[in-house]
Amino acid sequence: MLSTNIKKELISIVGDRYYFDDQEALITHSYDATPMYQSMPDAVIFPGNVEEVSAVMKVCTKYRIPIVARGAGSNLSAGTVPVEGGLVMVMTRMSELEEIDEENLTATFQPGLITKKLHEEVEKRGLFYPPDPGSMVVSTLGGNIAECAGGLRGLKYGTTKDYIIGLEAVLPSGEILKTGGKLTKDVAGYDLTKLLVGSEGTLAMVTKATVKLLPLPEHKRVLLALFDDLYAAARTVSKIISAKIIPSSLEFLDNATIRVVEDYAKIGLPTDMAAVLLIEQDGPEVIVSRDMERIAEICREEKAAEVKLAQSEEEGVQLMTARRSALSALARLRPTTILEDATVPRAQIAPMVEQINKIAKKYGIQICTFGHAGDGNLHPTCMTDARDHEEIERVEKAFEEIFDAAIRLGGTITGEHGVGLAKAPYLEWKIGKTGIEVMKGIKRAFDPHGLMNPGKIFAKETRRRVVLDDVATH
Amino acid sequence: MMSQLTEKLKLTLDYDELTNCMRCGFCIPACPTYRETGLEAASPRGRIALMKAAVDGLMDPDEGKLRDQLNLCLGCRACEIACPSGVKYGHLLEQARDVLEEKVEYPWWIEKIRTLVFRYLFPSQRKLQLLGSLMAFYQRSGLAAAARKLGLLRFLPKQVRDMEAILPKATGKGVVEQLGTIIPAKGEKVATVALFRGCIMDVLFTETNKNTVRLLTEAGCEVIIPSDQNCCGALHAHSGQRNLAKELARKNVEVFYEAGVDYIVSNAGGCGAMLKEYDHLLKDEELGEKAKWFAERVKDISEILIDIAPLKIKGTMNRRVTYQDSCHLRNVMKVSSQPRKLLRQVDQLEYKELFEADRCCGSAGIYNIIQPEMSMSLLDHKMENVSKTKADVIVTANPGCLLQMKLGVHREGLSDQVETVHIVDLIAEAIELEKKMKEEGSGCGCEHHKKEDKSA
Ligand SMILES: Cc1cc2nc3c(=O)[nH]c(=O)nc-3n(C[C@H](O)[C@H](O)[C@H](O)COP(=O)(O)OP(=O)(O)OC[C@H]3O[C@@H](n4cnc5c(N)ncnc54)[C@H](O)[C@@H]3O)c2cc1C
Ligand code: SF4
Ligand code: SF4
Repeated sequence: MLSTNIKKELISIVGDRYYFDDQEALITHSYDATPMYQSMPDAVIFPGNVEEVSAVMKVCTKYRIPIVARGAGSNLSAGTVPVEGGLVMVMTRMSELEEIDEENLTATFQPGLITKKLHEEVEKRGLFYPPDPGSMVVSTLGGNIAECAGGLRGLKYGTTKDYIIGLEAVLPSGEILKTGGKLTKDVAGYDLTKLLVGSEGTLAMVTKATVKLLPLPEHKRVLLALFDDLYAAARTVSKIISAKIIPSSLEFLDNATIRVVEDYAKIGLPTDMAAVLLIEQDGPEVIVSRDMERIAEICREEKAAEVKLAQSEEEGVQLMTARRSALSALARLRPTTILEDATVPRAQIAPMVEQINKIAKKYGIQICTFGHAGDGNLHPTCMTDARDHEEIERVEKAFEEIFDAAIRLGGTITGEHGVGLAKAPYLEWKIGKTGIEVMKGIKRAFDPHGLMNPGKIFAKETRRRVVLDDVATH
Repeated sequence: MMSQLTEKLKLTLDYDELTNCMRCGFCIPACPTYRETGLEAASPRGRIALMKAAVDGLMDPDEGKLRDQLNLCLGCRACEIACPSGVKYGHLLEQARDVLEEKVEYPWWIEKIRTLVFRYLFPSQRKLQLLGSLMAFYQRSGLAAAARKLGLLRFLPKQVRDMEAILPKATGKGVVEQLGTIIPAKGEKVATVALFRGCIMDVLFTETNKNTVRLLTEAGCEVIIPSDQNCCGALHAHSGQRNLAKELARKNVEVFYEAGVDYIVSNAGGCGAMLKEYDHLLKDEELGEKAKWFAERVKDISEILIDIAPLKIKGTMNRRVTYQDSCHLRNVMKVSSQPRKLLRQVDQLEYKELFEADRCCGSAGIYNIIQPEMSMSLLDHKMENVSKTKADVIVTANPGCLLQMKLGVHREGLSDQVETVHIVDLIAEAIELEKKMKEEGSGCGCEHHKKEDKSA
């Protein structure tokens, strides 16, 4: 609980309707979508504009109160869990879509805007904002920016950082920082815009953003290919790309996932297949048709057991059901679902999936893997039960080995969910001591008192690297 | 030391179900109370977290905040449809309310209404009919007009006064008294169905019950109306009176099982959803198997008329119509396309989809009386969307929603322009019109009229 004085100061900024420190508010801001993490804040505040954000930050700096930014709390790295208490600043009141500039092809909005809303609004005007995290019905753009969220279209269109071109952010001191603008080209000094994207609320509070937009692709088509050999599926992915085709989505489901999805959704997937690829292309109709034919050909060359080309957009949507039901199906299996996002160069997908399966077997746990094959971003997902402490310990060890395997294959510990709290102990494995020191230096420049989202990204202790007895060297 | 309430919650709440929530937040955009308040605690994810915190001993359930949040929940169950993990939020809500209810202190008048309604009135159809007769007398004798004139009603809370103004004409004679207990099918018999007549439904909407029978027989159903049936218990279950709900359920299961029909038909989304979950409510009881038999047979009237015994006459009606979903019909019974199909079948009827028709209108049982503020702000949004459809008829499929929409129209001062009707009554009227037109002969130009209208 904050002292009466501080509370008064904060209430005088936002009004008593937007400051809470009762039991229910604290409990409901003690968690996010990450399983097994929970910690109470001291208070929760809902600022309504940038001036209020700035004034609140000043109070926090004066009294050295930790500040945790929160959008929808849908992140999967415990990024909004207030491990050191302090103030949770919820940005959902600031959700205005300020402008869609059809001449410059940009949109400017406040951070609390729901991702899906932006999609809908720009698409009404024949424009396109590609980043589409699976959580977009609930996630906020502020959260997307802070996590540099990716999505199904990452392969062709990139992720959030490729679209943010201007930001307004408030430093812990209360000063307002403006970066970039409606410009396509801008090399005036360090790229602070890109630095803030993916900074996980540890540097500054984002209060406004400008993104670039694209014309909405005219046409879309989907193809489903089934493989009884994991390596053939992986080779298909590489072959498609080396045939100079970049599909808008290239999704992958492994055998374990296929079985669970089929069991749940009964959509006629053969459960004896090693892998399913779901491939979508968008663009002008002739090009889409040409690409899809070539892709189907490649699938057949790689001996796909079956290749299904959707004849219409509706049929495409139906095929995509498989991918969309994956999480639902998995989540219903057991009480706790741990969704990770180990990422490898796409050529390493097959060895990575084999590693994951081997590790799961070794620890006697159930892991299904699906994900964005096109960009190597895999989601090994473990179905477990948080109440079974012995099993959870095995799960943790298994994931430790999975991260290690990903790094050995030239990959990373997280492709889109961020480091947060959950993966902080592994960050040094990926970026090394020098990397950590440079990052800490940057953090000090923005946040000298360490108030912004403390405990995130930088762990007090780094895990020792596990030594795998046998790592694939394909 | 653990409080008694914590202990009770621990015993009652399904901890597996609480753990099944992976806190992804997908349910949040679907929740009307979250949209109104912007508060996580007023969202499904938040409420589940609060229940879990209470069970885990992180939160003191005696403090009242948990109960406040659960009371603010409409129980519309839109969150369940959105949830990838399949969390049965409705069951958790009922279980928690059941425990918390034991210790509540309501304002005196709510307390009075509750006792009257739950323990005395609802379980007895006879008493309800008696009340119906009294109300009919009040409404028709000029007493109502006099009471209004004399300002006697001003002693009642505003929300009750508003309700008084829009209540339909009551009657003391229900559907059985008027039609008997067995009504044969017209033409070839397709199925035998039992009508669940409802409690309030049968007193305030007897005409709708009669029309339901009429549509069913028209579609080839033999209709049986077991006269010993009673209230479904939905209001009890949603207000933390689970034991009373179970009592009512047991009786209904026995009575309908006895009747041995193909389907049990409901024309009220709220009741239908309750009936459909009897197997869950009575799962640990001897009656379990029979309850399952019962639950499997429950269908909404629109499901029967579209999927099972398609209505032969489509009807005709020259109106602009929109449809408000009943949350329980949509989210629990999973019936949303059939009512729309029924409406679209009607010749000349112009159907206009209502933006956010799937959002709760704020009626939610007796929610509009206990939580007037939230209820009315939801209704205001609803009426804004309704006015955008420019419809002159609002169709619903549940008496609670029907009254709420009437209230909305009344509050906007549009009672003269916009009509609110139960879907069954609208279809029955359309059929009546069609018949009339046919009787008047084909020379009236209506065929021509129809064609013209369709091409427009
Ligand atoms: C089922 C499911 C599917 C998902 N699918 C994807 C996916 O496909 N791709 C993907 O990338 N992610 C995915 N995620 C993860 C998550 O949805 C994203 O990380 C998302 O960007 C989080 O947005 P949010 O609004 O919920 O942010 P929050 O979870 O509230 O916050 C995330 C981080 O951003 C910070 N933050 C929030 N707002 C601001 C602000 N205004 N200024 C500064 N910092 C801020 C927070 O402090 C925190 O560190 C998924 C999550 C779930 C549960
Ligand atoms: S959608 Fe389901 S799993 Fe997700 S937070 Fe809501 S109840 Fe929990
Ligand atoms: S039942 Fe309705 S009001 Fe209650 S939490 Fe679910 S969506 Fe919200």
